[in-house]
Amino acid sequence: MSHHIVAVRDLCFAYPDGTQALKGISFEIRHGGAVALIGANGAGKSTLLLHLNGYLTPSSGEVRIGETPLTRQTAALARRAVGMVFQDPDDQLFMPTVFDDVAFGPLNLGLAREEVERRVGRALDRVGMPHLRNRPPYKLSAGEKRAVAIATVLSMEPDILVMDEPSTHLDPRGRRRVIELLKSFEHTKIIATHDLELVVEVCPRVIVLDGGRAVAEGATSEILDDEPLMLAHGLERPHILRHQHPHI
Amino acid sequence: MTPPGGTRMALGDYVEIGRMDELGRLDTPVHRLDARSKAIATVAFIVVVMSYHRYEISALLPLSLYPLVLITIGGLPPGYLFKKVIIAAPFALLVGVFNPLLDRQTQASIWGYSISGGWLSFGSIMIRFVLTVTAALALVGCTGIHRLCAGLERLGLPRVLAVQLLLLYRYIFVIAEDGLRMLRSVHMRSTGTRSPGLRTYASLIGHLLLRSLGRAHRIYQAMIARGFDGEIRVLRPGRWGWSEVVFTTGWLAFFAVARAWNLAEALGRLLTRT
Repeated sequence: MSHHIVAVRDLCFAYPDGTQALKGISFEIRHGGAVALIGANGAGKSTLLLHLNGYLTPSSGEVRIGETPLTRQTAALARRAVGMVFQDPDDQLFMPTVFDDVAFGPLNLGLAREEVERRVGRALDRVGMPHLRNRPPYKLSAGEKRAVAIATVLSMEPDILVMDEPSTHLDPRGRRRVIELLKSFEHTKIIATHDLELVVEVCPRVIVLDGGRAVAEGATSEILDDEPLMLAHGLERPHILRHQHPHI
Repeated sequence: MTPPGGTRMALGDYVEIGRMDELGRLDTPVHRLDARSKAIATVAFIVVVMSYHRYEISALLPLSLYPLVLITIGGLPPGYLFKKVIIAAPFALLVGVFNPLLDRQTQASIWGYSISGGWLSFGSIMIRFVLTVTAALALVGCTGIHRLCAGLERLGLPRVLAVQLLLLYRYIFVIAEDGLRMLRSVHMRSTGTRSPGLRTYASLIGHLLLRSLGRAHRIYQAMIARGFDGEIRVLRPGRWGWSEVVFTTGWLAFFAVARAWNLAEALGRLLTRT
């Protein structure tokens, strides 16, 4: 059974205080696709992401991971398939050492010790940080923290990667490294971000959210190039698409 | 604008906590011992030190061998540990400070000076304080908090407590930084003519609490996302070999001997006889 497909249908969600955060969102992401969720602050990006691994349960509508509808019962299964990288690495790195943090997920999956060690090694190699293994996470630089946070999710070997603002708080080199890393992943990717140039480089498809609704969806080059649309939803046409000369 | 002394002081402290962690990662014979053996020896040490009569001073002194050995073999910087002991000293002072006033009965005399029971017990409290706190700091310094927690857990400390201790330790840094940033912004916006009032600090602490709650919530989300089910699993190579047996039994035996006989007096008698 393939878990690589994410389908969201008529998703609505209201927070307990009555705020209607999502008002009927639908989309489908196929195997290996990379989709960016863009939109102004408060458009519902983070709320939507929290539905994709069952942390929040929709008021109505449904989320499907592969063929399985996401419910409280299937949430544990979905969390194996969907790896979520949070906005602030400090929220994600809570163990005493990098090794323990990367091993946290695999140990929760109940894997054998050798397998856990192997996965931790592989995930840290994958993000280029094998030397940080025994360091405490709070000592790392922002870029290292981000890379390790991604490794903590890779070690669970998910099919789908969900990321909230992967490039914030990074210096240009750190940001570049994350972009190259994201491009190298063969996972299905869902990335919520304000970094539109990252979107152009990493995601061929984009969904524009505004006020809890998906107001536009399509090819990145078309949507991001549509200046009136972008301005109407608190965004802008990224510089990289403004002229035709090569930027990279 | 230079931040007021208070901020810098707190920042210094914060950096110093990190140093304890670095010490914990050193590689010396005591660092290599299993955390459990050191925890058992240190707890026994504290119990023995606390068990003496309140006027006891001389019998306590030989026990200082234990923290001294940990510090020396563990390569811990004595000055740094001493500063940490000083930070906690006011608590012990407060406990003992009234003894000399309340208990004026003469208990001993040295070179013609009579010493009241109050001063003896005050001295005894301070010595016990220095011994136990130094031993505890040396334990953390030559084990590392996470290995220590794992060791305590394997000795039967409830897992919830061990995990709480670990998370507390992990987020002290983050929350301290949060607090410092807020404090800095208060200082940046106060003109210097008037110190920020109690109301400002009350609100600041309230905000810090709310931020910490928000943070706790997000950490929980991150844990849930990685399959957390209420149990923290940690991979720890546990080894209880001969060196652990020798370390633990050796020290327990020493504590027992030191408790049963006043070694300082015995040494003194031995020296004066020859």
